[in-house]
Amino acid sequence: MIDTKSLKYAKSHEWARLEGNVCTVGITDFAQKEIRDIVYLELPKIGKEVRQGAAAGAIESVKAAFELYAPVSGTVTAINEKAAQDVTVVHRDPLGNGWLFKIECSNAAEINNLLDDAAYNEWTAQGGH
Amino acid sequence: MLPTLFELSRSGKRAVKFPKAAMHSSAKIPAKLLRRQNPSLPELTELDVVRHFTLASQMNYSVDTQFYPLGSCTMKYNPKANFHWALHPAFAGAHPLWPSWAVQGTLESLAGLEEGLAAITGMDAVTLAPAAGAHAELVGILVAGAFYQDKGQAAKRRKIIIPDSAHGTNPASAALGGFEVVTIKSTARGRIDVLQLKKVLDDTTAMVMITVPNTLGLFEDDVLEVSRLAHNAGAQMYMDGANMNALMGIVKPASLGFDMMHINLHKTFSVPHGGGGPGAGVLLVRRHLEEYLPVPRLIRRPANQNGELSILDAHPKSIGRIRAFHGSTGNLLWAASYLALLGRDGVFQASRDAIVNANYLRRLLQDAGLTPYSDEPCMHEAVFTIDPKKLNGVRTLDIAKRLLDFGFYAPTVYFPLIVPEAMMVEPTETESPETLEQFANAVKTILSEAASDPQKVKDAPHALPVRRLDDVLAARNPVVTYQVS
Repeated sequence: MIDTKSLKYAKSHEWARLEGNVCTVGITDFAQKEIRDIVYLELPKIGKEVRQGAAAGAIESVKAAFELYAPVSGTVTAINEKAAQDVTVVHRDPLGNGWLFKIECSNAAEINNLLDDAAYNEWTAQGGH
Repeated sequence: MLPTLFELSRSGKRAVKFPKAAMHSSAKIPAKLLRRQNPSLPELTELDVVRHFTLASQMNYSVDTQFYPLGSCTMKYNPKANFHWALHPAFAGAHPLWPSWAVQGTLESLAGLEEGLAAITGMDAVTLAPAAGAHAELVGILVAGAFYQDKGQAAKRRKIIIPDSAHGTNPASAALGGFEVVTIKSTARGRIDVLQLKKVLDDTTAMVMITVPNTLGLFEDDVLEVSRLAHNAGAQMYMDGANMNALMGIVKPASLGFDMMHINLHKTFSVPHGGGGPGAGVLLVRRHLEEYLPVPRLIRRPANQNGELSILDAHPKSIGRIRAFHGSTGNLLWAASYLALLGRDGVFQASRDAIVNANYLRRLLQDAGLTPYSDEPCMHEAVFTIDPKKLNGVRTLDIAKRLLDFGFYAPTVYFPLIVPEAMMVEPTETESPETLEQFANAVKTILSEAASDPQKVKDAPHALPVRRLDDVLAARNPVVTYQVS
């Protein structure tokens, strides 16, 4: 099990886990339930420069297409090819094997702008919109 | 299900026997380019083909047979008189390469459409060329881009502000036009949040793009303030005219401060949706944007030079050509006929009746047990939300599927995105009260089934040629070619 307290969260429902200077990004359990069946993942290209809060990719579900926002700024160093090929892993294990991409942070302190576990739970309890 | 033509095929069957060619054309084609095998085309008699397509057409669902309450799509009846005029040989027999003096009747009809649409919207100039509403959006964005290029502000103004209730085409058009999309959230009343707009509006904003009435079927009552703020920031105001069926003869978008807008002729102006070919969108602009419109444009010569219409093929500041010839002339003629037959009073009555019908249906569905998203009266369409927890897990999708069993087309569902479990109905002015009552009764029956036998609703449809389709599997593993066995 992933300790959700080790994660930080964007209001746009991405989670972020900082290890050293590398931040792993995925979508939250709340988000994967809310958007319903994912049918397509558009992950950023490795090497792409991303900015905190700006669109980095997209998720398409049977409901609609959603932007995937970068929770921190930096350079994309890895993407989860397995998740792109079998999107159901994002539903089965959103916080683990369903991770989406990794960012080499340009300013790791930005992660403090994100919500912690308790604040995110409060945000989703209010509807998360 | 009907068998396909390939399944009906029997070797040697023929509808037409072709005479043997006197000269075999393959003699001049290099041998390596010739087919080695005949293509696997179905072999059928003429009667086989006629029965197949007649039976298939009888499975069709259309506004000519039943009620089509798709919200945001304005599925009004397509009056047959317009079909008659658009297909009149004098129009339908013309070729787009004929000189303008030979098609003055067609050009006069198109000019009449331009003048009528300009009068309804208060705009100054029109291009009939775009192939659809979304195409007109893109053209509008390119026109705004050319305007800012001309004013030396193109590098600075990179941002287009769009509310989160917008049609998905708005941000898509803005992104395709090379702009950055900034989304602003709607207020609890389902309107533009003016305070939030003020925060993001600045001299880097090229355009504020909004839909009136918005996709919740509500009039944007702060629109004059939004226009004032946008113009003070030097930005253009764009109106997505998808919902123009609520405004004709009631308010002119130009009076609301819009600099440009598009109209979907297949919605408000009764051109059939689909129809097997390109559609028609119209972009209308205020005077300051006219010289950037695409070519060709219709130009009327002064009266002392016989007043004829001609086609202007080039203009130095125009964004250029956006498609072949003058647009989807057949569709445009249809709309011109609709406008000519309705006239000034008729378009007003169409919009007024569309609003009355929508409010009647809204009330009927509320009485049937659906919850309207807003407490306020609606414009031409109404949005509802349902709570699956109170309906034994029955979702909006299930209700939509069950409606098919009652002989109704499903309403728009899960749009606008900001409404949970959304259902959106737009009856248009052409439906009778009796039809709306029958539809509401069907919804009422389905809601009582959700209480007594929810599985029946979740498994719907039951009475159609195919049962519930697996949309998730189809989207994840699409098979888009027919496999010949």
